[in-house]
Amino acid sequence: MPSTTKKKRLGREELQSVVELCRSIEDKGLNPFLVDIEDLVAIIREYFKVWEKPDELILDAEALNRISTVIKLQSEWVKHRATSLYTDPFLIEDKLRTLNVQEIVEVFMKTWHPLVELEQISIHGLDESMKYWESLLPLDERWKNIGFQEWETGTVTLNEMVKQGLLADEAFSERLENFWKELKRDAGEDGKIDYWDFIGAETYKETVERAYLTSFLVTYGYATLEVHPLEEDIFVKPYKKPVSSLAKEQLISVPIPVSHEEWLTWRESREA
Amino acid sequence: MARKPRSLRMKTYYAMKMKRAVHLLFYRRHSRPGAKGWELRRQLGSDYLKVINLLDDYLEKLDLQVKTVFEEGNPPENPTRDELSKARFFITLKGSLKPKEAKLIGWRIDDIAGLAVSIAHIISKRGKASRKEVEDVLRNKLPNWRVDINLNRYIRYGYLNEDENGQLYLDWRTRTEVDQKALVDLLLRTEG
Repeated sequence: MPSTTKKKRLGREELQSVVELCRSIEDKGLNPFLVDIEDLVAIIREYFKVWEKPDELILDAEALNRISTVIKLQSEWVKHRATSLYTDPFLIEDKLRTLNVQEIVEVFMKTWHPLVELEQISIHGLDESMKYWESLLPLDERWKNIGFQEWETGTVTLNEMVKQGLLADEAFSERLENFWKELKRDAGEDGKIDYWDFIGAETYKETVERAYLTSFLVTYGYATLEVHPLEEDIFVKPYKKPVSSLAKEQLISVPIPVSHEEWLTWRESREA
Repeated sequence: MARKPRSLRMKTYYAMKMKRAVHLLFYRRHSRPGAKGWELRRQLGSDYLKVINLLDDYLEKLDLQVKTVFEEGNPPENPTRDELSKARFFITLKGSLKPKEAKLIGWRIDDIAGLAVSIAHIISKRGKASRKEVEDVLRNKLPNWRVDINLNRYIRYGYLNEDENGQLYLDWRTRTEVDQKALVDLLLRTEG
């Protein structure tokens, strides 16, 4: 109904302004009696019946919480005024402006009782320190114990790094893009391919690598899985363009075992 | 060997305890000087308050005192055992220093004036003021480049505390060292 929508919008604005007003009083240390609590509560009461969604109720609760903080500040304000420490802040500010530095210091020195503390080592402390120093091994011996060794620095080529497995021969994203293209090419007319037919390779190592990359294709929205639980079939379906499902829908994980035995079974079935 | 009379034994006992209390209170063992009530009770025994009172009497002759700072801020009239356990005990000057003597403890006159103004301003604002506001007040009397340095110094020493919203509060050292009520009274009574 348009009138309800309008009232909700108005109510949201009113509650936001209540929250902002209370927050500014809290942050800027303003007089908390500047606001009329009854007026604020009346606003909350007026709109409470139209709230339905969780975010609306959260806003309502926040406004109420802010009002309670202001009430607490009012209580503290009254307590402070009742103490002997209370003086009109303007009087103090005026004094601080008119007194010169020397006068301020003279006043402060009469009320300042600095702490006394000593920093001095005792004979006992010296004795303990000497014993510790004598039992302390030289640095080179201590470092030897924790396995530091000196190595000559040298150079290494990119190919050697790739061979040692320290660097990939292509960037991961590039590899994923190529893998996606391969999936799109291999997917049949119905736009999908059996999971094992796609990840399966000549060696088990390569199969695991392909399963690993497939999981990234699905997570990053390049492809999706079609699972038929009764038939125990799993298909991989590539998307034409990457689709981001993050934050739009509840994502689920599909655990797929890629054991050595299953790889052997797949190979045998293919050869047969 | 004849036993010492009871009064002499008690005197020796408390003299030893006082020495121990001096070690605990004068030497810093944690990030803050002084000692908590529960630490004193553990080290000096259940009659630690008597030892502290005796030490306070002794220190008075030297213009020093044992200051008890309670967690709640304002000292309760009759503190409970729990409140005393949580309170921190310090040694402070009983009297006051002359402005010239302040130089001996490493403070410039400008630094002390800045501290006084910051504390007085925060007191007038019910114990909380924004850093910007305090900076503006200090700029009135201090060169601009000193304002930030001084405020950071007051915070580092424990006179002021700053929260993540840039609000300044009085911290533990002000509560220990400064007689806030006397400061406000004297400020208002002083003719400029």
